[in-house]
Amino acid sequence: MGYPHPSHAKEQPVLSKHFGDAGARTFEGWVKRGGYEGLRKALGMTREQVVEEVKASGLRGRGGAGFPTGLKWSFMAKEVTRPHYLVCNADESEPGTFKDREIIRWTPHQLIEGCTIAAHAIGAERIYIYIRGEFTAEHKILTTAVEDAYRNGALGGNVFGSGRRIDVVVHRGAGAYICGEETAMMNSIEGKRGNPRIKPPFPAQAGLWASPTTINNVETLAATAHILVRGAEWYKGLCLSNPKSTGTKLFSVCGHVQRPGNYEVVMGTPMRDLIYDMCGGMRPGRALKAVIPGGSSVPIMTAAEIEDCAMDYEGIVAKGSMLGSGGMIVMDDSTDIVYQVMRLARFYAHESCAQCTQCREGTAWTTKILERILAGAGKAEDLALLLDLADNMTGKTICVLSDSCAAPVVSAIKKFRGEFDAYLDRTRRPVMVAV
Amino acid sequence: MTQDLVNVTIDGMTVAVPKGTSIIEAAKQAGILVPHYCYHPSLPSPAVCRMCLVEVEKVPKLVPACVTTVAEGQVVHTDSEQARKARTGVLEFLLINHPLDCPICDQAGECELQDYVFQEGRAGTRYSEYAKRYNPVEDFGPDVLYVANRCILCTRCVRFMEDVAGTPVLNVSERGDRAYIGIDEGQLLDHPWAGNVVDLCPVGSLISKDFLHKARAWDLDKTASVCTGCSQGCNITIDTRDNTVVRLRPRPNLEVNRHFMCDTGRMNYRWMNRGDRIEAPLVRDAGRLVASDWDRALDRLASLVEKGGTAVLLASGAASLESLGMVHRLLAGTRLTAAVQVPMAESEEPLQGIKGLALRRERAPNGDGARLIGYGTDWPAAVKAASSADLVVLLDVTLTDAEAALVSGAAAVVVLGTLQTQELPAATLVLPVTNVAEENGTFVNRDLRVQRYQQARTAPGMSRPAWWVAASVAPAHALGPSTGASTAAEAFALVCSTIPSLADLSYADLGLLGRMTPAQGLAPTMHGGS
Repeated sequence: MGYPHPSHAKEQPVLSKHFGDAGARTFEGWVKRGGYEGLRKALGMTREQVVEEVKASGLRGRGGAGFPTGLKWSFMAKEVTRPHYLVCNADESEPGTFKDREIIRWTPHQLIEGCTIAAHAIGAERIYIYIRGEFTAEHKILTTAVEDAYRNGALGGNVFGSGRRIDVVVHRGAGAYICGEETAMMNSIEGKRGNPRIKPPFPAQAGLWASPTTINNVETLAATAHILVRGAEWYKGLCLSNPKSTGTKLFSVCGHVQRPGNYEVVMGTPMRDLIYDMCGGMRPGRALKAVIPGGSSVPIMTAAEIEDCAMDYEGIVAKGSMLGSGGMIVMDDSTDIVYQVMRLARFYAHESCAQCTQCREGTAWTTKILERILAGAGKAEDLALLLDLADNMTGKTICVLSDSCAAPVVSAIKKFRGEFDAYLDRTRRPVMVAV
Repeated sequence: MTQDLVNVTIDGMTVAVPKGTSIIEAAKQAGILVPHYCYHPSLPSPAVCRMCLVEVEKVPKLVPACVTTVAEGQVVHTDSEQARKARTGVLEFLLINHPLDCPICDQAGECELQDYVFQEGRAGTRYSEYAKRYNPVEDFGPDVLYVANRCILCTRCVRFMEDVAGTPVLNVSERGDRAYIGIDEGQLLDHPWAGNVVDLCPVGSLISKDFLHKARAWDLDKTASVCTGCSQGCNITIDTRDNTVVRLRPRPNLEVNRHFMCDTGRMNYRWMNRGDRIEAPLVRDAGRLVASDWDRALDRLASLVEKGGTAVLLASGAASLESLGMVHRLLAGTRLTAAVQVPMAESEEPLQGIKGLALRRERAPNGDGARLIGYGTDWPAAVKAASSADLVVLLDVTLTDAEAALVSGAAAVVVLGTLQTQELPAATLVLPVTNVAEENGTFVNRDLRVQRYQQARTAPGMSRPAWWVAASVAPAHALGPSTGASTAAEAFALVCSTIPSLADLSYADLGLLGRMTPAQGLAPTMHGGS
């Protein structure tokens, strides 16, 4: 539902059904609402059966990359010779994204149930839930729920009498964006500096503590319980466009819409419907200018591009951007695109882990050039320079933070070149840039 | 060959390398050096500098050559337009915050940033009008300064301390372009092997206080040598400027010291430049030691040796195999007691991450060479025997006062010495000899590896290698076995000919990395093997 707004007819609340309902937070409350049925069902199945069910549902990673979840689980060794780990990525550090937070805030047991199902499917006895450090209230809710789940036998040495041991460790992040990257997250859990690791080896071969590890996003894991209860066919049927994108997706809409919030829609829902119907459209007298559809790391879209855009993995790619995390930043015609891009670049420059040269130096340099342009001191060759730096920063580093800084810059210059030119030819008044 | 080989084509050159080899190492086999900063063959590879990105056919993105292993039939292009642009991009990024203070930087001339920028960097900067990152210089410890502004964050130093030294006191502090190398609160970079971070640093960021502003890299002459600090026998380079030794650095030898040397060895060079040298032969004449020429001195030495009787040879464990052997042969006609002096330290200082590498307790480079020749190790007994001997020969040893008093009881004392402090009032003959930096020679290390060192500076005054002294006496007087040799190589061959485990070895066999010898007929040693 479009929490904090009432549910809209075009929504399909599955994960968000109980948002705003504090009664769903307790173990009992969650069971009363049909909770833990998925886990009970999963425990009656073999590992392979659970994996196959999730594979059949077409569920794909909701954290950003969109990798098929069942396939990812199937990479875990069949025979458990070393400890297997499940890491739940609850760092939600991508700017513009706030869906996982709501899942944890209102339905912590939905996440615990999903985690436990996944742990069973991959043969893990221990789950690390890596929760963003700033989520203080959610951390408290989650740890309370974990204790509740232990008391009620949903976690611990004998999960619901199945003989399976599954433990949960809630690990708080310390505020680094990069720790949302899965390999950096594993380093962080191990007590090391949160630097991304080189792949290979992939986590399923050597992840946390060099053991087979699966990392899933909160929303992905939450969806698994529903898939097990209602079946893969049901989930697969939740699809309005491309059959490769199934289920429901939470979109965190922020920016210049009338009703910002979390909206859960079926994959393939038109972006127009979300922005204009569910979110109530632009503020009075304003027109849509641009949308960043999947968290700050994806290319920016113009108003024209969203007109016939189906919101699923393929539909947004077809429009030159990505579904990403579903963190949607909507900007109306009062927005200074150059300023927005500078703010994003500055964020990446601040958060670069400093390992790779292109990222460490490139993000900061990109920011400086954008600041210069905004201050009215831009040079004619600055756009070409920005594009060349972006090229040097793309596809050349260990993780994609560098690419994520370059993508908005490149797409903004391509799609809103006039705004840059206005600063460069001094027809637009310089902006004071707070440093 | 039992190893699985993989065929890979790099820039048109096909090479077969063992399975698991990285592209960067395979490229070396093809004669191609892929530019890199963070990679080092003796450290784990983090692939962070992104300088070694190369193009591999059928792979969409450039790959880091340091962590990508070769695959059968792989075709690699290290110098394609794409790879070149990526490297030029990295160099540009590295330079935007690099101070370009090369004129006052110790690293200039041996700086990998300078080298690669000259090779393929942009001619000018596009980073105009901005101040560069600034961090003050930090004093990291006994010999290391950290010039943060020059740092390119390759993290070789961090990895060396963590993975090789096993003492992780260095870290990367801060993030983004504010990052710098930090040292843990209250810690010093005082590990016995810490000085290696200076060599590992590809730029002038970690610099040696000892070498600070001493010389420009291009003014240095470099000579292959062997460290005299202990029985490990680390391969080193002696850097000299104007005939003065100014720095010792490790010389790679994967079987002895890989790329490292300890700080004790590194700082063990000032004595090579000492000015208080014996510069001319001194012959006792009418009760006084007077300067002489070599002919007269050698005649006097011959007449002392010809008398026969009991002789005691007290030699330094830092003398070359050639000198130890030839002087020993010179005295073959006497009833000889020979002993080698090897200072012993309390403990070893191992470099944790490299198997078989430590600063050894035995603090002389050639104790095992002396033992192979037949020198004993009971030094006190030999000194005692010297007090009543007909002839005592001292080979580059410094005696305590008590030892000197005992030795003075001998009928004749010949000092083959380097320093004036080694002269004895009771000496019959004082002969100036060269030190390790001034001669060619060999040492035998604790693993019985025979290693050559070469002459790095000219010898002072009339000093000659001790083997030359022995070799120049003998032919004229036909004493014992032939000692005739006019070069270090001949002396080496002659000495080896009487040591079964070294027989038939020549300088050509040794090369610059030395050669192991089977331990035949070796008496129990001080360190008892291992």
